[in-house]
Amino acid sequence: MWRFIGLRTLQAIPVIFIVISVTFFLVRAAPGGPFDDEKAVSPQVRAALEAQYRLDLPMHEQYLTYLSDLLQGDLGPSFNYPGRSVNELIFQGLPITAELGFYALLVAVGIGVLAGVIASLRPNTAQDYVPMSLAMVGICMPSFLLGPMLVLIFGIWLDWLPVSGWGNSQGDKILPSITLGAMYAAYIARLSRSGMLEVMSQDYLRTARAKGLPERVVVVKHALRAGLLPVVSYLGPAFAGLLSGSFVVETIFQIPGLGRFYVQAAFNRDYTMILGTTTFLATLIVVFNLLSDFVAAWLNPRLRYQFSNKQ
Amino acid sequence: MNQTDFGDKPLVRFRLWVLMAVVSLLVACGGESGSDSGLSRVEQGNLDGVMHFGNGVEPEGLDPHIVTGVAENKIVSAIFEGLVTKHPETLEVEPGIAEAWEISEDGLLYTFHLRDNALWSNGDPVTAVDFHWSWQRLLTPELGAQYNYNLFPVVNAEAYANGDIDDFSAVGVTVLDDYTLQVQLRSPTPYFLQLLDHYSTYAVHRPTIEQFGTISDRLSPWARPGNIVSNGAFELAEWQINSHVRVEKSDTYWDADSVRLNAIVYYPTENLVTEERMFRDGQLHTTNEIVLDKIPVYLEENPEVVRIDPWLGSYFYMFNTTRPPFDDVRVRKALAMTVDRDAIAESIMQGIVEPAYALVPPDTLGYYPPETFSYDPEQARALMAAAGYPGGEGFPQFDLLYNTQESHRRLAVAIQQMWQRELGISVSLLNQEWKVYLDNQDNMNYDLSRRGWIGDYVDPNTFLDMYITDGGNNKTGFSNARYDEIILNEAPNTLDRDKRYELYREAERILLEAMPILPVYTYSTKQLVVPSVQGMPSNIMDHINWKYVWLDPEA
Repeated sequence: MWRFIGLRTLQAIPVIFIVISVTFFLVRAAPGGPFDDEKAVSPQVRAALEAQYRLDLPMHEQYLTYLSDLLQGDLGPSFNYPGRSVNELIFQGLPITAELGFYALLVAVGIGVLAGVIASLRPNTAQDYVPMSLAMVGICMPSFLLGPMLVLIFGIWLDWLPVSGWGNSQGDKILPSITLGAMYAAYIARLSRSGMLEVMSQDYLRTARAKGLPERVVVVKHALRAGLLPVVSYLGPAFAGLLSGSFVVETIFQIPGLGRFYVQAAFNRDYTMILGTTTFLATLIVVFNLLSDFVAAWLNPRLRYQFSNKQ
Repeated sequence: MNQTDFGDKPLVRFRLWVLMAVVSLLVACGGESGSDSGLSRVEQGNLDGVMHFGNGVEPEGLDPHIVTGVAENKIVSAIFEGLVTKHPETLEVEPGIAEAWEISEDGLLYTFHLRDNALWSNGDPVTAVDFHWSWQRLLTPELGAQYNYNLFPVVNAEAYANGDIDDFSAVGVTVLDDYTLQVQLRSPTPYFLQLLDHYSTYAVHRPTIEQFGTISDRLSPWARPGNIVSNGAFELAEWQINSHVRVEKSDTYWDADSVRLNAIVYYPTENLVTEERMFRDGQLHTTNEIVLDKIPVYLEENPEVVRIDPWLGSYFYMFNTTRPPFDDVRVRKALAMTVDRDAIAESIMQGIVEPAYALVPPDTLGYYPPETFSYDPEQARALMAAAGYPGGEGFPQFDLLYNTQESHRRLAVAIQQMWQRELGISVSLLNQEWKVYLDNQDNMNYDLSRRGWIGDYVDPNTFLDMYITDGGNNKTGFSNARYDEIILNEAPNTLDRDKRYELYREAERILLEAMPILPVYTYSTKQLVVPSVQGMPSNIMDHINWKYVWLDPEA
């Protein structure tokens, strides 16, 4: 198992390095710079601005200086927020985005597994069709449609829940979490349903039943572990999707998280902020995918021998 | 045994409990105290004297010499004060840190007498030395202050800012004593006092800045809560990025007795739809904008909250006159004459803007632009024929560039149809993201582009000096020697206002005869304001003098 963990981790490092390098050069290739604005800037002022942010250095020097700062954990100053560093901005937005992602994940796993398992218990009946149809709708409906719809129904018409903010008023975390989690709940529902269906007809379960175990124990103790494997593997990509999906939800609900910073930075050509956030998120995603692989390998020992000759 | 026939009820019930637990967790964790008394945030604010202000975008900073945006202005002007301020309704210049001043006969020498009781928020007195050092900072080349040109009317200021001279004592600002500041201008600049209410000319607290960095260090954290020292009616209390900025009434401010608000909270309400929801929900006293589509609804159901006022700004299109097809003035004029501006103002813009036939908005401090053309499709068609495109035949298809926004798109579509119908020419619409759009304009990589311009001070010069030859804001290729002569030389040296306006009219006539720009309409500000807000009257600069604002719970 350790060999598996070690080798998978080693594989991840070049991925992150490539992400950083590609992003570094790509953002500078985009037309428009951080200091372009409606009112023109004199050449002297522009030169002064570029000097302050090291943009007057040759490209390779900028790159190497950035990398050396990065290795010391310094992501640089934000171009758009004078006096604030990228580290600071990321760590301001991160807890909020993480909290949103966590609740969304709870919604996704809670509702998704529940719906999927229920559906798998009576396949091809109403108990199956209804949750799965709703799941299909959930997958197809984008968050920028679902969000405003929920706001209209629950926030304006029924006046049950607040329409924006995070932590400012009672219950304002519900709608964003549901909006973000809904699509993943739908995917997880379908995944858990098919996983459970595949597993329920396995021989070892028949053995368990033959031993006289109550069905509930058969399902929870034996079937779930294997049946939810696809869900566990999905959690890695789901997390990545939740992170990027949070940008839209944060904009809709005015949530001051990392996603909003990221989107603003892109539009403002805040190079250091874009790079810093991309690096940070890429690292998080890689780590999460690693963890999800490790958990899957723990659940399914056959996966641990990916790197050895034993099969 | 039937695969599906097993105790699914206990299983389902168990899962349902889990789900309910999750949901209750969310509800419970979903935030701290809302208002226990059941009052909305706005109602509570009316009682407490706390104003909740929708401010558009998140402010980039609070250093008066570095920031450039409207959102930043609204905050900086609450926590800092300049030599002068402006009356909220008439925009007349009023004493600020300077309690009186004299201007010499020739309009070149200003002597400011600062009041002796103005204090910084840490108790230090505000003196003429502060302004002298602050102006040096604004003009320091390494700082890269984008609004440094506001001080260019001062003798040698431009040379110092461009690095041509490096001795600041050659610049025309002198400290006569602690409370007397003398300023020497290179030409009588009638709007100079107005410039002194612009945040770029405010004073900053030297010891604080030097505590955290050098005079030209943009990256220093001096303007953060806890570090910042300011001299205005309010002080910075809290700044949570992407959440809110809170300023509270300052007790060191020299005129604290006149200040009626206790606090202002600014929200970065970028998303207009969300902002309007927040307003409806009683979370904001004012919004930054109104979604165009909602205006008729509000005017019908709730007109007392709608505020639409003329704004000192122009919305126009600009031509790239350096290449075909718009290198021919006849073509440019033809296009200008076939835009039905009345229809645009009425149907597209919901009647909230005024059609424009010139660059400078009418009644800019008494200035009225000349009228050189009107809506005339017949003559336009004749011009097109004369230019070699009868009925639009042979006219190349071109791109109309605009930055991605629904209102720009709608306008472009309407105008596209007008040109197709009247002139038989075909336009394709090209929307681009803001920075890409700017980049294309800078590189003259466009045929026809949307443009907007808001005046920095109330004088025709703030618009007309865009179009001097090779001016950074020109971007059309327009160049006229007589125009340059008027704008750069004759007008700045003319003391009599009527004569100066005559010169400006001559210049604008030259501009409109060449038609490098296609005027469309004069801007309006549009916002939603709850009736309890007082002391925030309309003015064409969208200027708020926070000292005058207060909240009336009874209104």
